[in-house]
Amino acid sequence: MPEIPEHLRRRSAEARAKALGVPREQVLAEMGLAAEGETPAELIEEITSAVQPANPDTSIPEDLQAREAAARQSAVGDFVAKAAATPAAKPTPAGAPAEPVPVVEVPAPVVEPEEPAPAAAPAAAAVPAATAASGSKIPEALLRRSAEAKAKATGRPVEEVLAEMTGGVPVAEEPAPVTELPVPAVAEPAPAAAAATPPTGEQPAARAPDSTAGRTTTVTAPPIVPPVGTPEGVRPQRLLTVVRARAIQQVKAEPTDKVSVWPHLLLIEFVALLAVTAFLTVLSVILQAPLLDLANFNLTPNPSKAPWYFLGLQELLSYFDPQIGGVTVPGIIGLLGLMTIPYVDRNPSTKPSDRKFAIMFFTFFLVASATLTIIGVLFRGPGFNFSYPWSDGIWFDDLKDWISFE
Amino acid sequence: MANGDKTSLADRVGEVGERVRASQAWESIFRPGSPFKKGYTDSPRNRSYVIMNNVLYHLHPVKVKRHGVRLSYTLCLGGLSFFLFILLTITGIFLMFYYRPTAPAAYVDIEALSTSVAFGSLVRNMHRWGAHLMVLTVFLHMSRVFYHGAYKPPREFNWVVGVVLLLLTLLLSFTGYLLPWDQLALWAVTVGTNMGGFVPVFGDQVKFVLLGGVEVTGATLLRFYVAHVLFLPFIIVIFMAVHFWRVRKDGGISGPL
Ligand code: HEM
Repeated sequence: MPEIPEHLRRRSAEARAKALGVPREQVLAEMGLAAEGETPAELIEEITSAVQPANPDTSIPEDLQAREAAARQSAVGDFVAKAAATPAAKPTPAGAPAEPVPVVEVPAPVVEPEEPAPAAAPAAAAVPAATAASGSKIPEALLRRSAEAKAKATGRPVEEVLAEMTGGVPVAEEPAPVTELPVPAVAEPAPAAAAATPPTGEQPAARAPDSTAGRTTTVTAPPIVPPVGTPEGVRPQRLLTVVRARAIQQVKAEPTDKVSVWPHLLLIEFVALLAVTAFLTVLSVILQAPLLDLANFNLTPNPSKAPWYFLGLQELLSYFDPQIGGVTVPGIIGLLGLMTIPYVDRNPSTKPSDRKFAIMFFTFFLVASATLTIIGVLFRGPGFNFSYPWSDGIWFDDLKDWISFE
Repeated sequence: MANGDKTSLADRVGEVGERVRASQAWESIFRPGSPFKKGYTDSPRNRSYVIMNNVLYHLHPVKVKRHGVRLSYTLCLGGLSFFLFILLTITGIFLMFYYRPTAPAAYVDIEALSTSVAFGSLVRNMHRWGAHLMVLTVFLHMSRVFYHGAYKPPREFNWVVGVVLLLLTLLLSFTGYLLPWDQLALWAVTVGTNMGGFVPVFGDQVKFVLLGGVEVTGATLLRFYVAHVLFLPFIIVIFMAVHFWRVRKDGGISGPL
């Protein structure tokens, strides 16, 4: 069996854990993988996948790793730092002290998820905080553009909004997800105290946010204490992305009762095909198709009838003005009406008891067409006048050689 | 197999069959999983292969909902419409060998076909009754689709495609009606195209295009012939392809209710 790369197995374990609702560690253990530092993959993945280090097991020379890290930091610096900081802000039990996001170089992420090493947390949180602080000066142009957009949205003058953004007034309407974010301990005046609380095994406060893990999770940079140089009221945090937290694979397939087409369906089709062929052959042996006299333009048969599937229309023509009731309404409107049925009938139910009107309507249509056609076929004689088949005979040349009453 | 020199005929035939099925030519014709291949066994995997590896069967999915194969659900009406179309194509090709679409020749040809061509009468009858039957099955198919509410999202568009198919079926039947060039054909088509003339605004134009003139003539016959054997089948095959494709893409057969 081919070896499945570890990172794939890890991802699969995460998806499965999420789908089954069991602890990740358990699934990992089942799959023979050591629980490593927590990797809230779905959260950060979309942001950092491009810069995610490949398999940590592969041995890249240390100097190369260092160079890459430096280059990466200068390239994405602030952005990734914030992403990296997120787990630290999220007090999930595993926290992310050991999050192996590139910038935070944690060489050996071996922290047990249930018991985050107290010392590691503040340290890890400190790094991104510092990075973010230094990089969070918002360029004037961007600020202005943002203010303009906001002014347009709220219908207030640009200047006022701008003043508000650069002035001290805290922005009232934050994007909802951000405010929903469980306020992480790091944001509190005493971050160290919160993060460094000795693991009590239970960690009740830290566990709470987990209940929302199955739903939308917001990835933001941590709300850090406004660094120097940033105008009051401008929070140096950005909403990076909103990721719907869900398994990569749809593990829970809808249970459907299916059968193989071969043999089940193909056999039925084959039998149906044979039956129809047999039926048609027998019919064709018994019933001779009509062939009347050579076409003669000077001899109009009386009555002249259209093919049977148009006889309903012809019947209508004898009642109504041809322009309106004869062809226009049933033909054109009827055809178009038929086409638009799915768009007119907005009732989503397919249960007959929910569709009484639709069923009545269509049944009326069917019965009307059938009745008109039967009248046209059987009850119309010379001059397309009404006639009784039992006394006056049948004028239906399609079956001329079969039913001859005259 | 053979015990000594007493080799039965059945054994020998069986042996030849075995050898043929082991030959490279036979192997090359049937793709993996074919029941005709040597050593076919009934397994889920082979059941899939039967469908996937066959150009005709792969119109089907490998599996379908159990209720979908119940005869009482689709009544096989869509499938029968399609099958009748195939039958009509086959019998129609046969008829084309004996038919010339010109005013003087058409009638004579049909007459000769019915009287002096082997199976001519039977094939003509099958073609004609089959066409009537197809109009009926298509109509009934439409009705069963309606009563199942099978036109509801996501199948709305397939219903529209279906209505086009109904129209094309009627047109195919109608154009074929004229071809025998007898009194029935001439006057039924005259009545039919006159109804086309009542179409509002464009009535006369519609009629002119249908007839290739102001009344039924030899030009009409040629026009109907080409439409009947080439143009309309071509169009309907395209629409059928879309129709079947959509049945699958819209999640297979609808229901259960
Ligand atoms: C040449 C004519 C037609 C052919 C060969 C054809 C063929 C088929 C076939 C083979 C199916 C699969 C299910 C079944 O057998 O019932 C199907 C389904 C369907 N057909 Fe048709 N059909 C035709 C005309 C129509 C018409 C006139 C309509 C409606 C106006 C229509 C609407 C549909 C719809 C909505 C489905 C999906 C039904 C479901 O999922 O249960 N078809 N068709």
